[in-house]
Amino acid sequence: MQATAHSMTIPHTVEPRPDTGLYNAKLGVWLFLASEVMLFGALFSSYILLRVGAPEWPQRQLSIPLGTLNTFVLILSSISVVMAWMALKGRDFARFKLWQGTTVLLAVLFITIKGFEYHDKFTHYYVQTQDGRALTGHLDGDPFNLSLARLRASPSPPKEIVFHPDPPRAGHTEAANAHGEALKLELSQITKLEAFGPWRGTFFAVYFVLTGLHALHVIGGIIVLGYFWGPGSRMWRTEPERFTNRVEVGGLYWHFVELVWIFLFPTLYLL
Amino acid sequence: MDNASHSAGNHHPEPGFWRRYVFSVDHKVIGVQYGLTALVFLFIGYGLMALMRWQLAYPGKPIPIFGQLLLSVLGPDMAEKGIMSPDLYNSFGAMHGTIMVFLAIVPLAVGAFGNYLVPLQIGAPDMAFPKLNMMSYWVYFVGGVVMLVSFFIPGGAAKSGWTSYSPLATVADPAHHIDGQTLWLIGMVFLITSSLLGSVNIITTIIQLRAKGMGWMRLPFLVWAQLVTAFILLLAFPPLEAAGVLQLCDNLLGSSFFLPTGLVVGGKPLEVSGGGSPLLWQHLFWFLAHPEVYVLILPAMGIVAEVLANNTRKRLFGYKSLVYSAAAIGFISFLVWAHHMYLTGMGTKISTFFQTTTMLISIPSVIILTTLMLTLWGGSIRFNTPMLFALAFLPMFGIGGLTGLPLGFSATDIQLHDTYYVIAHFHYVVAPGTIFALFAGIYYWYPKVTGRMMNEFWGKVHFALSLVFMNLVFMPMFVQGLEGMHRRMYDGGATYAAGPDVAYGLSLALKLNVGISHAAWLLGAAQLPFVINFFWSLFRGQKVESDNPWQATTLEWATPTPPPHGNFLEEPVVYRGPYEYTPAKPGVDFVPQHCQQQPA
Repeated sequence: MQATAHSMTIPHTVEPRPDTGLYNAKLGVWLFLASEVMLFGALFSSYILLRVGAPEWPQRQLSIPLGTLNTFVLILSSISVVMAWMALKGRDFARFKLWQGTTVLLAVLFITIKGFEYHDKFTHYYVQTQDGRALTGHLDGDPFNLSLARLRASPSPPKEIVFHPDPPRAGHTEAANAHGEALKLELSQITKLEAFGPWRGTFFAVYFVLTGLHALHVIGGIIVLGYFWGPGSRMWRTEPERFTNRVEVGGLYWHFVELVWIFLFPTLYLL
Repeated sequence: MDNASHSAGNHHPEPGFWRRYVFSVDHKVIGVQYGLTALVFLFIGYGLMALMRWQLAYPGKPIPIFGQLLLSVLGPDMAEKGIMSPDLYNSFGAMHGTIMVFLAIVPLAVGAFGNYLVPLQIGAPDMAFPKLNMMSYWVYFVGGVVMLVSFFIPGGAAKSGWTSYSPLATVADPAHHIDGQTLWLIGMVFLITSSLLGSVNIITTIIQLRAKGMGWMRLPFLVWAQLVTAFILLLAFPPLEAAGVLQLCDNLLGSSFFLPTGLVVGGKPLEVSGGGSPLLWQHLFWFLAHPEVYVLILPAMGIVAEVLANNTRKRLFGYKSLVYSAAAIGFISFLVWAHHMYLTGMGTKISTFFQTTTMLISIPSVIILTTLMLTLWGGSIRFNTPMLFALAFLPMFGIGGLTGLPLGFSATDIQLHDTYYVIAHFHYVVAPGTIFALFAGIYYWYPKVTGRMMNEFWGKVHFALSLVFMNLVFMPMFVQGLEGMHRRMYDGGATYAAGPDVAYGLSLALKLNVGISHAAWLLGAAQLPFVINFFWSLFRGQKVESDNPWQATTLEWATPTPPPHGNFLEEPVVYRGPYEYTPAKPGVDFVPQHCQQQPA
């Protein structure tokens, strides 16, 4: 029979190690965030390299009001996430529930707004015709992510499509049309039709990858913070110190997610 | 924490088979899982290369025995009449590199040795995050399965080299939407996640869980090597993950991160928005892949240091120099990546910068090699199997390192770039270098893991044959490369050498292909004694009489054999440095780290 070890308890899961001043999970999450910095750092560097090498770079393609709103949503959540941790430090579990729930709701709000922004892009179209016109605008009925190939492959392809060109706008170099009136375009005349997805050009590719990866991090945050708010909060009754640490670590992660957005907003929306 | 929860661990019911051997959270079980899986992948990686070597030695001839197997498994597109197709050759080449680096060597060096030894050597009951540790292994396992599955999908596995350069990687298989490259990228995301979990765990464990008295300068050098390695993995892998996500978008979503404007494929302009940068992929890839080289070599150096100190029966020469050099390598390894890109036209100024940093990083590497060699000076050396492998590591890594210098200079690299010289160079570092060190480690710690010794005689046979055939495989490749033989030619350069203006030397170099291939197959055969020894010793090997059969000083030998869950019978306290091989009392020439008494 095997001998039994003197202890199987891993030290410093709750109380900090005196010489480092950290408990394990706190060091772990800092290391994880360091690696995240490298991940987003590489993507930002790619963005810079591609933009510097591009002959022209589309600007003001995104809704600044929605972006600003989302920025405020995240800033508010950065307050509530700290309040939740402070409530636990003050041994006030009810207030923790309130603030942690607020954070999760704000995160969900952020994703919802982001979803609307994405939807706008996938119902916004670029069209090229044989006579050399290049237009941007919306299709009748706002179909989602249509393409010429998909339109032609449909069981009963329409003969023509109704197109509402964008009104001309500063910075919108692609909109060559002067009027905002609806156009009827014959399908056979169209050489290109695509929504503003990542295939639309390097700017949109960068936009979708950076914000998409950030959105995945927000969803991850909703899951983790939501777990601590819901079923995970049972630990408060058995191991309050450890639970407080968990909430702190979740908060550190959440602050990183906000920080990424603070860089994303100006680089993609404003610059 | 009170006493009740301390002793709670001892009252747990014995975990069942699944929790004990499959989904275990014990770092030792996970280490063994990593080790066995990695050895299987090592064999698969070797097998791919062994088949490629047939095509290089006898281009266009059906592969004996295995040709029919390839034909029946992969179909006539890949191996018509048992002849390796160019696509299959490219797939095997790409996957040989991928499997060897990401699924065999790193998991063996970091996943197996790091997991098993780090907590033992620092006197910890387990890793800091045992559940993450288990997850790290299973995520690695899934990544490996994805890579293997990619061989059997239509179009076959990734075929653009282990470097997966864009735009080739995006356009290599236009007939299939989900192609081998897509699965390669998905597999890599799993492997990167696994390495992230593992490196966070190793760093946290070393910083937080060192036993009482285990100061930084009392850590065994292996622990230092694992610490630096983990930092490299932590910080260098994410840029490759970023690159992988971008390439995945190029392949699946039609973006153009790495696809330049005006790309023509198969005579037709590619319908993409363009504006991307192929160089960007190379920068992101090499930002990982050069530090990765040090991930491959640092744990090997750590193992060699442990084995050398133990078998010379003296302290490591210049322990502090070793530690500082390893740390310096860790830092500088992030500044050398573009020396893989001298011929991309990125400009001479940038080349000069990276040439300088590359020469700088050779300094700490040479310091490590020198201190390890000076450790031998005046030692009473025991020539057992682990020691033989560790000793062979020194000149083999030396050859690999020194032949890297001409590649690091941007001028000489013009001649040598992408030739067999490069293959010979990095294989000397990794194959007779790192793999020999890993063998040394397996023979050395086998008795701690199993309680039995491996057979010495067959170990020495394994060593001697491996040493001979390793050199017969890779030494001639230097000649081939200097003659200008390109590394990625399907027929080993036969069509090229048949041209009218080919130098006499190249046609001679071509003839070496046959000899190299035979040496490579014999190298495989030379591993049989190891495989048999490994399993035979498990049941019939000589039982160890003490927990410390090598009379070593470090803490892993202070545990029972094999160590129980939780490792130490009593809380280990460290009183001295890691290598106190001094006469303690008559007949005893060492003082373990946990011994309080001063040597008499």
